Amino acid sequence: MFGYYIDLALRSLKRTPVLTTLMVLAIGLGIGASMTMLTVLHVMTEDPLPGRSAHLYKPYLDPLPLKYTPDPLGNDPLNNLTWPDAMALLHAHRATRQAAMAGGSLLVWPQRTDLQPFYVDGRYTTPDLFAMFGVPFVAGAGWSEEDAKASAHVVVLDETLARKLFGNDTAVGKSVRLGDINYRVVGVTADWAPKPLFYADASASLFSDSDQFFLPLSVAVDNKLQINGNVSGWGSDGVPNNWTDASTSWIQFWAQLDTPAQAAAYRQFLVDYSAEQKSLGRYQRPPANAKLYTLMDWLRHENLVPADVKLQMWLALGFLGVAMLNIVALLLAKFLRRSGEISVRRAMGARKRDIFVQFAIESALIGVAGGLLGLGISQIGLWSIRQRPDDYAHLASMDPSMLIVTVMLAIIASVLAGFLPAWRACRVPPALQLKTL
Amino acid sequence: MEIRPILATLHKHKLTAILLTLQVAFTCAIVCNVAFMIIHREQHVSLPTGIDENTLSVVPVRGIGKDENPWARHESDLALLRQIPGVESAVAVSYSLPLDQSISSYGVCPTQAALDRAMERMSLKGTGCEQASMFDGSPGLLRTLGLDLVAGRDFRRDEYVQGQKDVAVAIISQAFAHHLYPGESALGKTLHIGHHVARVVGVVRTLLSPVLMGKGTDYDTMIWPQLPNDSGVEYVLRSAPQDRRRVLDAARAALLKADPSRIIDSNRMQTYSQIRAHYFQRDTTMIGLLVASALGLLFVTALGITGLANFWVGQRTRSIGIRRAIGATRGDILRYFQTENFLIVTFGVVLGVLLAVALNLLLMKHYELPRLPLWYLPVGAVVLWLLGQLAVLAPALRASNVPPVVATRSM
Repeated sequence: MFGYYIDLALRSLKRTPVLTTLMVLAIGLGIGASMTMLTVLHVMTEDPLPGRSAHLYKPYLDPLPLKYTPDPLGNDPLNNLTWPDAMALLHAHRATRQAAMAGGSLLVWPQRTDLQPFYVDGRYTTPDLFAMFGVPFVAGAGWSEEDAKASAHVVVLDETLARKLFGNDTAVGKSVRLGDINYRVVGVTADWAPKPLFYADASASLFSDSDQFFLPLSVAVDNKLQINGNVSGWGSDGVPNNWTDASTSWIQFWAQLDTPAQAAAYRQFLVDYSAEQKSLGRYQRPPANAKLYTLMDWLRHENLVPADVKLQMWLALGFLGVAMLNIVALLLAKFLRRSGEISVRRAMGARKRDIFVQFAIESALIGVAGGLLGLGISQIGLWSIRQRPDDYAHLASMDPSMLIVTVMLAIIASVLAGFLPAWRACRVPPALQLKTL
Repeated sequence: MEIRPILATLHKHKLTAILLTLQVAFTCAIVCNVAFMIIHREQHVSLPTGIDENTLSVVPVRGIGKDENPWARHESDLALLRQIPGVESAVAVSYSLPLDQSISSYGVCPTQAALDRAMERMSLKGTGCEQASMFDGSPGLLRTLGLDLVAGRDFRRDEYVQGQKDVAVAIISQAFAHHLYPGESALGKTLHIGHHVARVVGVVRTLLSPVLMGKGTDYDTMIWPQLPNDSGVEYVLRSAPQDRRRVLDAARAALLKADPSRIIDSNRMQTYSQIRAHYFQRDTTMIGLLVASALGLLFVTALGITGLANFWVGQRTRSIGIRRAIGATRGDILRYFQTENFLIVTFGVVLGVLLAVALNLLLMKHYELPRLPLWYLPVGAVVLWLLGQLAVLAPALRASNVPPVVATRSM
């Protein structure tokens, strides 16, 4: 029977070829546009560090003076910590692991004569970062606490930079000049960059940046190395580049807390710390302002998806909605026009169910064709997004889960579009129509 | 035209008519808002910068050695650049140009009292002070950029300082002058900038900030007589529009020949038109998408109207024949379908106008879009009426061509 219905459906669709094509085109465009934007949204809100993200937390303290009025357009100065606060949290050792960090760009002076000096982005950090984020090493390792305390001139390079500087030789143990200082290479990481680069300052291109070197934060502070990112000051003396200042925020801080109990204890620790600072006269605001973000909460707080991308998604879904309404109306009119045929079939013994299935198959065919077309269109759409200069553009491609969602969306759309017309068609009474023939 | 029979027929096809009405309503709501967004963005993208955009090109240079006196090097570089055939003039700026996204901004107060108020509140809000973006540059900046000096004078040679030092004089934009000293001439007034003061010696008509905030302060700008004195610098070249690419390449070659130990990224050597296009790249993409989706929606709706009318004409061929047989003219049949369409679209438009306002409120809440001007609604309605009439014309003509003899045939 199924084969017969498909045959009937194809005949019926062939009777109105232009209309059928246009219906398929409309639903295909709707599904294609929606899936393109849903995929972009999906890749932009993905977990950057699956398996570890659940245990990573970002402390948020409020050392601002009471009368400070934040600039509504500007960056929240509290997104970063001040040097004294970061050091206090670091030395308290209340978390399993904790690290303070900041981004920077340095000029690399290659020893190879065929290479001009060039700038690379990297990170100044305390040593726990590597173990906490699970940075994969291909050779050597991070530096020790002792190195950090001694502000040793050591550096970890990523594989791309190591290969560029030293070719296929082992980089570990070699010396590399970054800016004005020579560093000893202690480790080489695999090319590694979470998408987004959640631990970087919000001013970075979080979806395309990666760290090509890591060196001790203390070295950066001692030598006043250049910092990438927001440096916010609220002191009255207004000396912005004084990085150990208690009223200048510029450090990102992350902590690893393995159990919910540990996280709750850490949250309390932050409040207690704020209360202590308040009693010392440094903080002025309520200690309860202190917060602890989980990694995913932090990304939601940062709101990394541009408003335009969301708007494009709603536009695409709106288009799909209108296309669906259009198809429902057209199929309804088309099916009801065949009331005569329906009533003859009903009179000859077809059950309501048979009629329903027959017409549902006809609309499902349109849905499937539209879905296939939509899949193609969404690939073209994603390709065109990859050509754009936005920093998230290179991520725009479909993973298996989004492929499944596309197929589901096509099926749901066609079932929804076909259900009402088919249901209406199967309710055509047999006798009445026969009389008018 | 009697509309009662039409309403009766529509009542019979209630479900289909409701679906089409809904489609028209949603299309009307979305297209009105999309059209508004397109015009809103278009205005944003075409903001004037105040400079001679199509004559300028920019070469960013980053020195890598230790340099005791970067300005001396920039000065000799400028002398080289001015010798390139086709270069009319050349200046050095630290990093800021309109729309190039490298901003340096300062809180500026019109009086010492206002400055004290702002310090006390730790905020500029309501103190009479304004945040303004600052441009620096070597002598000849106004002429090279093509800025229009509407009052006062350009800087004198002795007013320039080297590097980021306090300046004694400044040139400000007309918009900034109005914001700081409403109703007065800004010439000779003092700007209180933190701990130092500068006298206004000139006012330029228009000068757009490097970064747009969209809060009515994008033209609050000032120029300080500071000579760039950093290892990183941008050279701005003025030439005929068609010479820009050639001049850029020649400039790179000349600069590297004079001193190879510096970084001149050829990807960052741009004509000013490229800088502008880059700044608005997302907006132009968005405009393209908005136009495409508005046209797509209108097309799908027109398709729905035509398709439905076609079915209805086919379904009613017999009754059309009967009407023709008992005296209805072709015009009557044509008008019947046109009126039917007009009624459906009217219901849709009425609902659509309400939806458009609701959608706009939603967009205002989530996307900082301004209120939809009310005149968009009647325009949207007329567009949909015209679209409906156009879409129904072919099926209605087909209906009017049904001969009366059909009535006598059995189907």
